[in-house]
Amino acid sequence: MITYLGANNIISPLGFTTAQNLEALAQGEVAVKKQQFHFSKSVFCCSKIEDATLNNYFSAISNITTYTHLEKMCILSIQDVVQQSVIDLKNKENLLIISTTKGNIDVLEGSYKNMDVNRAYLPVFAKMVGNYFGCAITPLVISNACISGLLAIIAGKRFIENGNYKNIIVCGADIVSEFTLSGFKSFNALSDEPSKPFDKNRVGINLGEAASSILLSSDEISAIKISAGNSANDANHISGPSRNGDGLFNAVTKTLEDSKTETIDFISAHGTATEFNDEMESVAFSRAQLNHVPLNSLKGYYGHTLGAAGVLESVIAINSLASNTLIKSMGFELQGTTHELNVIKKTEQKTINSCLKTASGFGGCNAAAIFEKV
Amino acid sequence: MIMEATIVSYCKIKNNTIWVNGEKINIDNNSVDFTAFLVNLYRQMNLNYPKFFKMDNLCKLGILAAEMVIQNNSKSENFEKDKVAIFLSNNSSSIETDRNHIKTIENKNDYFPSPAVFVYTLPNIIIGEIAIKHKFTGENAFFVSETFDPNLIHTYASIALQSSHTTDAVCGWVNVDGNEYEAFMYYIEKTNFNKVGHGLNMPHTAEMINELYN
Repeated sequence: MITYLGANNIISPLGFTTAQNLEALAQGEVAVKKQQFHFSKSVFCCSKIEDATLNNYFSAISNITTYTHLEKMCILSIQDVVQQSVIDLKNKENLLIISTTKGNIDVLEGSYKNMDVNRAYLPVFAKMVGNYFGCAITPLVISNACISGLLAIIAGKRFIENGNYKNIIVCGADIVSEFTLSGFKSFNALSDEPSKPFDKNRVGINLGEAASSILLSSDEISAIKISAGNSANDANHISGPSRNGDGLFNAVTKTLEDSKTETIDFISAHGTATEFNDEMESVAFSRAQLNHVPLNSLKGYYGHTLGAAGVLESVIAINSLASNTLIKSMGFELQGTTHELNVIKKTEQKTINSCLKTASGFGGCNAAAIFEKV
Repeated sequence: MIMEATIVSYCKIKNNTIWVNGEKINIDNNSVDFTAFLVNLYRQMNLNYPKFFKMDNLCKLGILAAEMVIQNNSKSENFEKDKVAIFLSNNSSSIETDRNHIKTIENKNDYFPSPAVFVYTLPNIIIGEIAIKHKFTGENAFFVSETFDPNLIHTYASIALQSSHTTDAVCGWVNVDGNEYEAFMYYIEKTNFNKVGHGLNMPHTAEMINELYN
């Protein structure tokens, strides 16, 4: 059986549809910018969707005070996919999977005046989103650090090919909050400037906010399939990647073996722009003999959108395949990893048929998937 | 459906009570305080794993439950640890540690977020801790659901076991929220017709998982 990848959406500061986001990337626009928050005198370089913009879009479909910031992002994103595909989530053959790391963490922080604190529980949050669409099946939540989004797509493929569901919408979403900004800052992991994945002068990540959704189906809804996907753990450290890239290498190797793909035309990497992550990826890709393959990280545009990243970056990768476009890896100028990588310096048209998508995260987790033209 | 795997061990930890493979385990110095209970259990198990003390309670509970199913599954050391998967789930994600992280940033005059706390604000860190302790480098997934969902975990593990990349899996539920906590873990092994099964050798079905859980 084949799992096809179809209708998709991205809600980000660069736009509320995939097309708007692709157009912004083509123009070299970035979502990350320096901004100040009420809770700190520090300036944070991150990407945040303005309440006014979100409410403007959301008020066209429902009441803006009923839902949290994140729920509105998710509902708008899923709604776009539902509308494009006419998939009915009220049907038991269809499932919604939500990937997120922190869900409505702003509810737990007390950012809302009249919001039930139980909304901070991921199953309650998922139900709020699911109920909007009248989901017959309770939405499934995957919360697996920074591989959540890619893992959700891999899980979706498995459920479809196992015959559990006919169509699955995967929605990945996370917000930028005081919670995450203060936490990553305490790790000294944040960059004060737009991040520079894989560059010699990279100093850390930018956090980003986004929701992104994609339809997976057993029906031939598109000309692109997910041919394989696996995860693997480093078993090395809970907050740092393995120096020899073991987990990522294993996830990639298993996935290449399963897909039987002969060549990988480009890699959509994780590339957070921290010193250790990007170095680890260079080691893993080199061990897999993939360091010559054109590669990008989209974190220079969007920042690290945590639970959304794997979905958002897969959506861009699939559109890159469809339009035969290699998208520039924003922020990269100088080789900055032990093993040289073929980082894409300029957006260009090129016939591409296959993409390796990877992700790595806290807890030593790694995931890899291959998207291919059918 | 073909029976693709067997459950070789399981354990439950709830209300200061522990069952391993259906037998109740007595705890020395049983305490009503959850943290003290975890430490007592750790000492009684003679774990000698100092990293345990750095963990939040969710990971402590997960590490102890995993230890029980791994120590009590009669497996030899001769198996491929890169083929052992870990699939866990809970209701409350990392909410206890989320609250603790928020406490460190609530007061602007006493603002000290700590990386040692923040790193535990992800539920899959339990998977990472189990993976590190046992060098299990296979598949991972952390699901969050309202209640333990035997069908979900059974389905996901069954699919993984159909692949040559996975032979064994540690599965279950580990939840901590305030004073409420619960762990249910089990170890499954791909049925291998060339060797005698280990441990309990119970069929890996959603019904069996549900029966063991209840």
